[in-house]
Amino acid sequence: MSVVAIDQVHKRYGALEVLKGVSLSVETGQVVAIIGRSGSGKSTMLRCINGLEAFQSGSITVAGHDVQQEPTKLRELRKDVGIVFQSYNLFPHLTVSQNITLSPRITQGVKAADAEVIARRVLSQVGLLEKFDAYPDMLSGGQQQRVAIARSLAMRPKVMLFDEVTSALDPELTGEVLLVMEQLAKEGMTMLLVTHEMSFARSVADLTVFMHQGKIWEAGPSKELFEYPKTAELQAFLSSGVK
Amino acid sequence: MSTFGWPEFLFLLRSAGWSIVLTVIALAFGAVGGGAFAIMRLANNAVLRTIAAIYILVIQSIPVLMILFMAYYGLSIAGVEIPPLLAASVSLSIYVSAYLAEIWRGSIQAVPPQQWEASASLALTRPQQYRYIILPQALRISLPPTVGFLVQLVKNTSIVSVVGFVELSRAGQLVNNATFRPFEVFMVVAAIYFAICFPLSRLSRYLERVLHVGRSH
Ligand SMILES: Nc1ncnc2c1ncn2[C@@H]1O[C@H](COP(=O)(O)OP(=O)(O)O)[C@@H](O)[C@H]1O
Ligand SMILES: [Mg+2]
Repeated sequence: MSVVAIDQVHKRYGALEVLKGVSLSVETGQVVAIIGRSGSGKSTMLRCINGLEAFQSGSITVAGHDVQQEPTKLRELRKDVGIVFQSYNLFPHLTVSQNITLSPRITQGVKAADAEVIARRVLSQVGLLEKFDAYPDMLSGGQQQRVAIARSLAMRPKVMLFDEVTSALDPELTGEVLLVMEQLAKEGMTMLLVTHEMSFARSVADLTVFMHQGKIWEAGPSKELFEYPKTAELQAFLSSGVK
Repeated sequence: MSTFGWPEFLFLLRSAGWSIVLTVIALAFGAVGGGAFAIMRLANNAVLRTIAAIYILVIQSIPVLMILFMAYYGLSIAGVEIPPLLAASVSLSIYVSAYLAEIWRGSIQAVPPQQWEASASLALTRPQQYRYIILPQALRISLPPTVGFLVQLVKNTSIVSVVGFVELSRAGQLVNNATFRPFEVFMVVAAIYFAICFPLSRLSRYLERVLHVGRSH
């Protein structure tokens, strides 16, 4: 059973068509890497999956939720879909533990004491238990990003979306974040990740999807796709060593 | 004709108390209205947005004196006799609500849009986003300009003297009429205004400094 089913999605910003009939199916426990040049529509596709962007036609189903812009339905969808952004987007006025426990408490009715247990669990998962009471601006970028991942995990999502989560980090900090994601993948989390880390996509993702000009240009098992790119566009993309 | 002595000075101080009372009343009611209009101004609903925009535009485009005249004389022509304190409070509150709405709308919009996205992605409702994520951050941003506006408000309470309400500047006129010592009297009046407003201005500058430091976003 596919947990994410994207079917013929078209998305326009005014006259600019950004997604031109995108279809993609992701099975439970699968890790899918999305690669492609800047502006090819990767973020837009990801953001359509949790309803941050509306689309004009086609359909998306995620963990049994039909993605629509109706607020109540969106919230139900988002309880099952975590997203991590390039810019971390932690809440700067809240401590690490408050960042993590807020939504479980107020959207899922988890009791404060139980939420704290959850916070400790997800913080150990990302190796930052000692930052429980810290404020975000006391953390490095890599640590902030790991807290952002922990914050999403606390919702017990069925699918996790990652949009270039290491792109804003200094090279020496990307490793710690990638390690956390690799661990998650091993534990069986269903993941869609937009990334420029080709070696990570190749070694961790089951499937890699190459987006080009608003379309899924080429897709396949990661090893094959990187080894034997079929289309000229993917060959050019891979050999240009783009970042 | 009396001299300008202790009793007159105490009268001025008491009247300054009324200026402060008016400021506090206008601030309290104006804050409620201003908060509501700021959020309406940013609502998804176009009707709410337009109502708030028109209200703010109209109130900011007419002298507060006209609001006061309308509240005081307008209503009395309509047969409703309202006491000067009420007319003064109502019109100043209306004036304050429009200005605070704009200051606070700006403060809310100064919170990075990613904070909306991140909190929406965590399944928060819009009221929850405001309550837990946006307003706490907007509050910090809004404090310096809000206190700055408060200084304007203290000085602007002087206009209510035209409907016969005795606050500090009206008291100054009365004392001067009795003593004919305009220079001394208005020096003292100015000094009292200064004593109220100067600490507020410094507070605003101070808040701007401390709240700016340590903001990572
Ligand atoms: N909010 C927006 N309004 C208008 N155009 C947008 C908006 N967001 C993205 N775009 C455009 O959509 C296209 C795809 O963007 P995006 O999905 O961010 O690409 P990628 O993530 O692959 O770099 C780009 O041409 C971009 O300029
Ligand atoms: Mg992008």
